[in-house]
Amino acid sequence: MAASNASCHSAGGTHVREGAEAVVLVGNPNVGKSVVFNALTGTYVDVSNFPGTTVELTRGRLGEHDVVDTPGVYGVSSFTDEETVARDIILSGDIVVNVVDSAHLERDLFLTLQLADMGKRMVVALNMADEARHQGVGIDRDLLEDLLGVPVVETVAVEGEGIAELKAAIPRARVGHADPELAPVLAETAERLGCSRAEALLVLEGDEAVSERLGAEPGGERDAIYLRRRARVDDMCGHVVTESLQGASFSAKLSHAMMHPLTGIPMLLVLLGAIYVVIGKLVAGNLVGFLQGTLMEGHYIPWVQGLVGHLAAPNSAVFEVLAGQFGLLTMAPSTLLGVILPLVTAFYLLLSLLEDSGYLLRIATLTDRILVSMGLNGRAVIPFILGLGCVTMGTLSTRVLGSRRERFIATALMAVTVPCSAQLAIVAALMTTAAPIYTVAYFAILAAVFIALGTLLHKLVPGQSSDLLIDLPPLRLPRVDNMLRKTGIKAWGFMREVTMFFAVGTLVLGLLKVTGALGWITTAAAPLMTGWLGLPRETATAFVMGMIRRDFGAAGFFSMDLTSPQLLVAMVTITLFVPCIASTVVVLKERGWRYMFGLVAGSTGFAVLLGGVIAHVLRIA
Amino acid sequence: MEILSVDDPHARVQALRLGMAEGACVQCVTRVPAGPLVIRSGRQEIAIGRKLAERISVRMLDA
Repeated sequence: MAASNASCHSAGGTHVREGAEAVVLVGNPNVGKSVVFNALTGTYVDVSNFPGTTVELTRGRLGEHDVVDTPGVYGVSSFTDEETVARDIILSGDIVVNVVDSAHLERDLFLTLQLADMGKRMVVALNMADEARHQGVGIDRDLLEDLLGVPVVETVAVEGEGIAELKAAIPRARVGHADPELAPVLAETAERLGCSRAEALLVLEGDEAVSERLGAEPGGERDAIYLRRRARVDDMCGHVVTESLQGASFSAKLSHAMMHPLTGIPMLLVLLGAIYVVIGKLVAGNLVGFLQGTLMEGHYIPWVQGLVGHLAAPNSAVFEVLAGQFGLLTMAPSTLLGVILPLVTAFYLLLSLLEDSGYLLRIATLTDRILVSMGLNGRAVIPFILGLGCVTMGTLSTRVLGSRRERFIATALMAVTVPCSAQLAIVAALMTTAAPIYTVAYFAILAAVFIALGTLLHKLVPGQSSDLLIDLPPLRLPRVDNMLRKTGIKAWGFMREVTMFFAVGTLVLGLLKVTGALGWITTAAAPLMTGWLGLPRETATAFVMGMIRRDFGAAGFFSMDLTSPQLLVAMVTITLFVPCIASTVVVLKERGWRYMFGLVAGSTGFAVLLGGVIAHVLRIA
Repeated sequence: MEILSVDDPHARVQALRLGMAEGACVQCVTRVPAGPLVIRSGRQEIAIGRKLAERISVRMLDA
């Protein structure tokens, strides 16, 4: 799932069927656009509450029409990846369904009027009409329809309300009323450049990519056009919106409490504690213990070994590769189904809770201050939290960051210091055998490295980072059906992706073992392992495995009898050690060769160095 | 308070889109010490990093 994202960026067009008109769904982030898409086409798409999750395009069908979903944007231009993707789809589409949040018309109509200026045939869906009514917001739909000049339909997409009306309105889509002062200029520009009115508007607004495509000079009128558009939106809202203002509600107070350090930090710590208990203890401990320990090791593995034993003699090379310690039919399925699947599912469930409730962006606001000192801004918590689930995913989501510099810093921090959920779970399970102080030390060391490395990179990496400017979504109670559906889709996508890596990884390990190469590596690395890190010589195997999958490596320590200090050294070293193959490949794709090699060399060297220092401080080496 | 000017081209564009442009009346709801500010206009809330907030000038209005 993760790696396939990248290719979608280049796909600008809508690839419609012959003769079919393309309907494009456009709207701000968090307006329920994806739910509308789903209701229109019957196909499920990712529904979420933070900007940037629908960069992947989703297509579906509605009768004669092809429907394309676009990433949530506040306007059409090319400031971000999402905007570029959305812009090109809108330009190539025939009919626009503009989904707006009824409770935030002042914000959302800005995009609506831009689409009207573009001269696209369109329909407006006033979504979340129930939430607006609940907040005491009344909207004069008929008047809005007159002012915009396009059909306006009230919908509550999550309940399926108004969807039939919206479908019926699509054939009635019309070009909306454009800015009267701008319209003649647009017509003249379009004629002069021989392009569409939509492209003419973008050229006037100074969109460099579109101007270059048309061989035109980008216009310098963006500020003037935007100011007039903003004035029109405010005027329109003054006429169609009636509201009964309510006093500070509970959710406003909660929202404030989440972002203020005095209350927000304790809340965040409670949340992290809860995540640790749920993922680390309940899922990684109890559930994984049952699935991996009882089901897999107790029943499945002996059964497979018996079966393979009929075909090949135990101790033979074939038996070893298929059903040995790193067997393709033993280790791969038992780790995949017994460890990874339950963890990843639990993680996605928690993540969708954070996203859908609107808490995630409040955490971003709370943590902005500390992240600024590392050359990032609050938005970077999104990749970091995702990285706790899977570093590969986190690396891909560094695209939400505003500058190359921030992506550079965030990618390095994540690859080096952030353990993924699978690895964290194994660390948590192993650490239960040592005194709690060792667990505390493990997290404290990682946090210290995180802050030190971030501050160092901030000093060393040239350039300027962007400032925080985010739109906070309203706090809502997430819908359980939505969360479950999303979790199911994501966990499935993840499993599909990693299964291949696991199979190849175990095969490589099995072959290394059978050919004796593993023994050779162990011997070669022995001085480093025993002399410098104070670990038994066979730990080298775990590090080799760690290159294939981080959690895989940590899991290798299970079979070794390590003392508590040795465990700490091993865990810190394997966490800081090279990122797994999957994330290395993604780093290569996103950041290039030089970055990837620098990262791998740097993190390996640093991991071994720090591990050795800890070993010497603890006097085990 | 009323926003008088936004001294950052990208932020100005984004503020216009979100409805908090120059001339808009907003209310500061949360001030994270040394960190970002959260301002609100109507039901719309946005969080602004401290450094960016320093480049926005405002005029206090009577409550």
